[in-house]
Amino acid sequence: MEVHMIILTGVLVTVAVYLLLSRNMIRMILGTAVLSHAVHLLLITMGGAAEGHVPLLGESDGPYVDALPQALILTAIVISFATTAFLLVLAYRTYEETGTDDLNYLRRVRRE
Amino acid sequence: MKGNDVILRTVSRIVVFIILTFGVELFLSGHNNPGGGFIGGLVLSSALVLLYVVFDIETVHQGVPLDFKKVAAFGAMLAVLSGTAAAVLGHPFLSQGFGYFDLPIFGVTELTTVTIFEAGVALTVIGTVETIILSISKDV
Amino acid sequence: MLVVLGVFFPFAAAGLIPLLYRLIPNRRIGWFVMAVPLVLFAGLLSIVPGIAAGKTANVTVPWIPDAGIDLAFHIDGLSMIFGLLITGVGSLVVLYSIHYLSERESLGHFYAYLLLFMGAMLGVVFSDNLMVLYAFWELTSISSFLLIAFWYHRKGSRYGARKSMLITVFGGIGMLAGFLMLYSMTGTFSIRETITLAPELSEQPLYLAAMILVMLGAFTKSAQFPFHIWLPDAMEAPTPVSAYLHSATMVKAGIYLIARFTPIFGGESTWFWTVSLIGIVTLLWGSFNAVKQNDLKALLAYSTISQLGLIMSLLGFGSAALAAGTDAEQVLLAQAGFAALFYMVNHSTFKGLLFMIVGIVDHELGTRDIRRLGGLMALMPVSFTLAVIGSFSMAGLPPFNGFLGKEMFFQAAVTVSSGNPFTADGAALLFPVVGWIASVFTFIYCMIIVYRTFLGPRQPEKVDRLPHEAPKGMLVSPAVLALFVVGIFFFPNLAGKYLIGPAMPAVFPTLAGKPGLVPHIQAWHGFNTPLLMTIGVIAAGIILFVTFRHWRLIYRFPPFRWNLDTVYRGLIGGMETGSTLITKRYMSGNLRDYFVYIYVFFLAAAGGSLFLKGAFKPDFRMETIAVYEVTFVLIMTFAALAMPFVKSRITATLLNGVLGYSIAIFFIFFRAPDLALTQTVIETVTTVLFLLCFHFLPDWKPERAPARTKIINGLIALGAGAVVTGFALTVKGYVVFDSISGYFEDSYTLAGGKNIVNAILGDFRAFDTMLEVVVLFIAGIGVYTLIVLKAKKGGGDIEGK
Repeated sequence: MEVHMIILTGVLVTVAVYLLLSRNMIRMILGTAVLSHAVHLLLITMGGAAEGHVPLLGESDGPYVDALPQALILTAIVISFATTAFLLVLAYRTYEETGTDDLNYLRRVRRE
Repeated sequence: MKGNDVILRTVSRIVVFIILTFGVELFLSGHNNPGGGFIGGLVLSSALVLLYVVFDIETVHQGVPLDFKKVAAFGAMLAVLSGTAAAVLGHPFLSQGFGYFDLPIFGVTELTTVTIFEAGVALTVIGTVETIILSISKDV
Repeated sequence: MLVVLGVFFPFAAAGLIPLLYRLIPNRRIGWFVMAVPLVLFAGLLSIVPGIAAGKTANVTVPWIPDAGIDLAFHIDGLSMIFGLLITGVGSLVVLYSIHYLSERESLGHFYAYLLLFMGAMLGVVFSDNLMVLYAFWELTSISSFLLIAFWYHRKGSRYGARKSMLITVFGGIGMLAGFLMLYSMTGTFSIRETITLAPELSEQPLYLAAMILVMLGAFTKSAQFPFHIWLPDAMEAPTPVSAYLHSATMVKAGIYLIARFTPIFGGESTWFWTVSLIGIVTLLWGSFNAVKQNDLKALLAYSTISQLGLIMSLLGFGSAALAAGTDAEQVLLAQAGFAALFYMVNHSTFKGLLFMIVGIVDHELGTRDIRRLGGLMALMPVSFTLAVIGSFSMAGLPPFNGFLGKEMFFQAAVTVSSGNPFTADGAALLFPVVGWIASVFTFIYCMIIVYRTFLGPRQPEKVDRLPHEAPKGMLVSPAVLALFVVGIFFFPNLAGKYLIGPAMPAVFPTLAGKPGLVPHIQAWHGFNTPLLMTIGVIAAGIILFVTFRHWRLIYRFPPFRWNLDTVYRGLIGGMETGSTLITKRYMSGNLRDYFVYIYVFFLAAAGGSLFLKGAFKPDFRMETIAVYEVTFVLIMTFAALAMPFVKSRITATLLNGVLGYSIAIFFIFFRAPDLALTQTVIETVTTVLFLLCFHFLPDWKPERAPARTKIINGLIALGAGAVVTGFALTVKGYVVFDSISGYFEDSYTLAGGKNIVNAILGDFRAFDTMLEVVVLFIAGIGVYTLIVLKAKKGGGDIEGK
């Protein structure tokens, strides 16, 4: 199943980059969200497929799946939540102040 | 965000406590089973979010009179300080200790310093999530 | 141990100043500050007899032992001279500043910076560890920057501060590189150990480079030609600072460095020629330029440059002693080193004195421009007397210590020209000739100080105040220095025996104990060459001074009007405009452009190397896959592909949610219950956030980009996806290292937890988690700040307060 997962990751990255290159702020933020999904999938896939038990010592005697990527991803999930929240608020505050959500127009906006 | 759906309110009163209990359970069981500071904190904060959605901010604030910025700051500080304690005692920064104690009611129980650290994590998560959601809602 | 406390005492006091300044917010705080250098001065005095008897004080506190960096402090005769200057002149300067600075100034800052400098400077001269020395060295640059920019509202102060910082730190970094080269040759950062290894070093390939870099550090710090240009601009600092940092102590750090490294590099012809020539050129150029200055402080700045050059050249002459053949020659040449240190002490006394007098004139009249001064003798008799003592000493006249120093300089120049190990022909004759010419100019500007300020006609219409004698408090410090100027003339051998003599073994370790190394200084030594040279200086000086207005026109012609400032400004300005041009070329301010840079670079670097290096070996071995897994892969693929094309942002957000929840399910397939739980909750909260924010944002319009842009975007995106896929497929087939994860499976014995993931987060890699929590907190605070603390509509911008 790893090959499928890797190709899926590739698709997600393509979509994410395409969204990132857009000029609309919301599309861009969605792009970052999709990109972090892609990375999480990639990390767990590269950590080795489901050949082993849940990494809980109380549940079985092993062998266990690799626990390290899981710990890394857990950290990454929470961080990407924090950045997404920050970006969203930044986007709507920018819109409030400048009246545009188009990144091409944004650089022409000057505060008096 | 003022809702006036009677069924939603009635159900929420009960559900919120179930979620809260589940969150605490997740937090405490994280050492040996799925769960831990992040998840516990997230579930607890989602229970609070539900409260804010169903009732209005002022009502909830009377019941839970917390300044969530300070909760987040306290959590982050707790996480950092719990590591400093190890450093003061001469261990590497953030070394955790654990031991087994025979307590009157609970029997032989494992007590660890990780719990303090995890509590810091959970409080930061709760404080941050609520700060974000409340800041945006108040801006309406 | 006392040594360590001594170095850190000023730092501790500097830390206390802000608190103290709250209690005593007026000039009386200066008395407390003065206690610091006074105590240290007394402490150092108490060990002078021991040091004079050849003992040293050492202490080492381990700091970073793995890197060989220890707080190693070492006091010998050489560091003692500097230590006494730093604390002694320091006490006098603080005393002077009590009366000089107005109470409206932020005295707290001033004294905190001053103490910071004092500690750093003591650190420089007492450190035995090269890295520690470097750290203190840069700290003196930083505190000097802060002190020059003390009146930061003036443009000139900021310009001067930046200039001095750029030049001295530039040299400092070069010096650091030199130190590291030395370390690579010797394997130790200790100066004393390096000295013991010195004889083996000169064969090493890096020896010459290290030598030049160390000299670079010394020359920039001591304002040697062509790096001298920062010192005149540093005169924007308050006068006590100029007197202390920029004449008596900090600029002597370079002298210290050269003296300290003479045992390592001395005896080499490169060292001898570079140090001597740079010194003698600086001496001439500085004194020549001092004559044309109209601002008294600028005049003193150039005079300081020139005399630093004099001391530098003496150290260069002296270094020849380490290569000389016979004992007699060695001792004779080493006299130059003795003269250097003797002259340095003298210079600190008379130059500090003159700066203080100029400060008094400035303070009383509000100007330092000699074109507006004159005839102050009758109004300020005490200041006049002190100025005469200082100037005549600098000019090299008896009965002041400058006379002795100048005679010793002439003697050393004559000695080195008549016989040294590096030249047989007359090239070294240059030294006494140039030295003599420079001394004539020195004599002229000394006369200018006295005549144009205190004698001649008064010009009351050009000054708006009625001048009168300075308050007694301001006269105490220059008077004490004047006492030394006269005292050293009459009792020079006291200084020679207790202060300068003990330093000689530190500069010339191989000559230690040889008879005659510490000379007997005499004011009268018969009609020999140095005395005749002095008489010549006085005669030529008087003639040229009297006829000054007839020949001052030469300053208008090249090369005499050349100014290295132009080079500096051109360099700095060129760098600024150059970097602005380059930056404007690609910093379009458009986010898409930046993403394009990033991804095109990614494609070229990662993709290019993957395919060009032939590393691309995809591993397409299919493992078994269950039907439900295929289902979710397909769901995610369709959800993702639909996202760029949907018409409504709500749909797009829900599609993102589909991706997120599907990933949670994949986490279950991959045996990761913690992740699945977290992902589910986070996805819910994220979706809520998106929907909340949509309340404030307009619905999106279809992308109206030109087709060309869309195609480029699509190609870049496809490329990025392909490169990631290619990498992942390739990496999948390789197993280069064993997994380290087995270690974490002992989590029950090591961390007492049965959930391995949680043990990693809370124990094994708790540091990551802690920082993550901090990041989360910062993001929360960021959101709060953006929303709650926004400027009120129409409330003006934040900079307007």
